[in-house]
Amino acid sequence: MVVPMTSSAIAASGLRKAYKDKVVLDGIDLDVAAGTIFSLLGPNGAGKTTTVNVLTTLMKADGGTVRVAGHDVATETKAVRAAIGVTGQFAAVDDLLTGRENLQLMAALKGLGSGESKRVVDDLLGRFDLTESAQKMAATYSGGMRRKLDLAMTLVGKPRIIFLDEPTTGLDPRSRRTMWDIIRQLVAEGVTIFLTTQYLEEADRLADRIAVLDQGKLVAQGTPAELKRQIPGSHVRLRFAGDVELDSAARVLTDATRDDEEDLILRVPSDGGAKSVRTVLAQLDAHSIEVEEFSVHTPDLDDVFLALTGRTSTKVSAS
Amino acid sequence: MSNATTMLGRNFKHTLRNPVAVFNAVLFPIVLMLMFVYVFGGAFDIDGKYIDYATPGMIVLTICYGLSATALAVNSDMTRGIINRFKVMDISRSAVLSAHVAATMLRSLIAIAALVGVAFALGFRPAASALDWLATIGFIVLVSFATAWITVALGLAAKTPESAGLVSVPLVMLPFLSSAIVPAETMGPGVRQFAEYQPFTPIIETVRGLLTGDPSTGSALSAVIWCAGIALVGYVWALSTFKKRA
Ligand SMILES: Nc1ncnc2c1ncn2[C@@H]1O[C@H](COP(=O)(O)OP(=O)(O)OP(=O)(O)O)[C@@H](O)[C@H]1O
Ligand SMILES: [Mg+2]
Repeated sequence: MVVPMTSSAIAASGLRKAYKDKVVLDGIDLDVAAGTIFSLLGPNGAGKTTTVNVLTTLMKADGGTVRVAGHDVATETKAVRAAIGVTGQFAAVDDLLTGRENLQLMAALKGLGSGESKRVVDDLLGRFDLTESAQKMAATYSGGMRRKLDLAMTLVGKPRIIFLDEPTTGLDPRSRRTMWDIIRQLVAEGVTIFLTTQYLEEADRLADRIAVLDQGKLVAQGTPAELKRQIPGSHVRLRFAGDVELDSAARVLTDATRDDEEDLILRVPSDGGAKSVRTVLAQLDAHSIEVEEFSVHTPDLDDVFLALTGRTSTKVSAS
Repeated sequence: MSNATTMLGRNFKHTLRNPVAVFNAVLFPIVLMLMFVYVFGGAFDIDGKYIDYATPGMIVLTICYGLSATALAVNSDMTRGIINRFKVMDISRSAVLSAHVAATMLRSLIAIAALVGVAFALGFRPAASALDWLATIGFIVLVSFATAWITVALGLAAKTPESAGLVSVPLVMLPFLSSAIVPAETMGPGVRQFAEYQPFTPIIETVRGLLTGDPSTGSALSAVIWCAGIALVGYVWALSTFKKRA
């Protein structure tokens, strides 16, 4: 892969990694443009954390090359470490220090002076809603608070490239939205974000580009819109009050199919536009068939996963 | 260097947040000394005052006793997530470990100061000159440094906190099987041979020699060589284990 170094924050090619004889990464090629959000999407055990560990110098790859911030992770480890910030899958905070002390520790290790340290720490505590618990030991924090403190610690020293391994797993909806806002704000400041997630919606909402990782291989890569294009088109979902209505509707709408998972639902292929939707409803009206509920379904990334791997992500993680 | 100082500050905060451990590190050797002096002391056949004989041994025992806390602290550091954060930062690989060594040394120096204070109150009257005292302190620092590094390595190598607690037991026990409490000559044959050849006997004899103002070059030389060896093995082993453990 030939990529101009200046525009790539992260570039990996032919990345391979095995634990003993279990192959976990089987030839991964990635390219993340500076100042964008890249999301690595995959179910449990796909190899997301392993990828992050290799990209962040925590682990050596068995094969392939990786450049982060223009530096080779194998030979210029120090330069890579100086450029990145990492929030791992499991909170990396010091339990025996307070929230404030944790941030102060990072500031000291990043070589900030005492005045700047105080300013940065106060700012981060405020930004992450941790000011009130700043004097409490991190051991007493809830899971969500630890996660926030963890990300705050990563931001000390303003790294230009940030790796986030499942940053919103275990967060409540409000904290998740806060996290998303912070991520978007970072990118607005020019930071590059490499984010892993199991949530299709999260990748869809945040990422400029998504790569789908399945059993150590990238099965697809592209913008959210490009990925959605690879799968069957949108459809209209109709819910009926009973089997009688459903049967007569199925007779009228000849291209309709019944839903596999739910009874009383018909799926009618449609581009989702007002005109085609009106046609469907008019046909039902003409036969006086009542529709209980009506929705236009555009494909989401769950459909992408199903189309690409033949399985849904949830089925994979359950096995 | 400044990274290591920052890490040392972190270790100190940890220590202060765990007052029971500090109390234990300072108090246990003192209680042990009181026991030896008042309960068993009369039973040992020793020239001169027993407190003068026992204090140097107790000093070394104090160093070793403090090591179990170090093994546990190092091990729990490894099993917590924070270590991965340190590893991906551009800080020296040895900063985390040196901080544990420095904290261990400071802790044992504090405990030794308390112990020697109590020993004086009990009638300890060493013949050491000011220069001997300086040499004693320097030597104690060396012993503490060496044993701390080997303990850091052991704590890193241990897979679980439970086994980390166990690995320090031999180090805590070794001084008992030396001339710390009673002269080696008074021990049973197997133990005596062991006591004569294990590192803590020359170490304790060196402290004793310095404090009685009668240092023996032979013991001192062999003690310093032992310490240098232990420190080197501990340092190399600790650093390579640290790099391996992800
Ligand atoms: N230290 C290890 N030794 C052996 N196998 C490992 C090790 N770490 C991970 N694996 C295996 O590698 C595979 C990928 O693991 P990885 O942690 O990268 O997955 P993941 O995508 O991050 O999953 P999750 O969503 O559960 O965090 C898994 O099958 C796992 O069992
Ligand atoms: Mg993971």
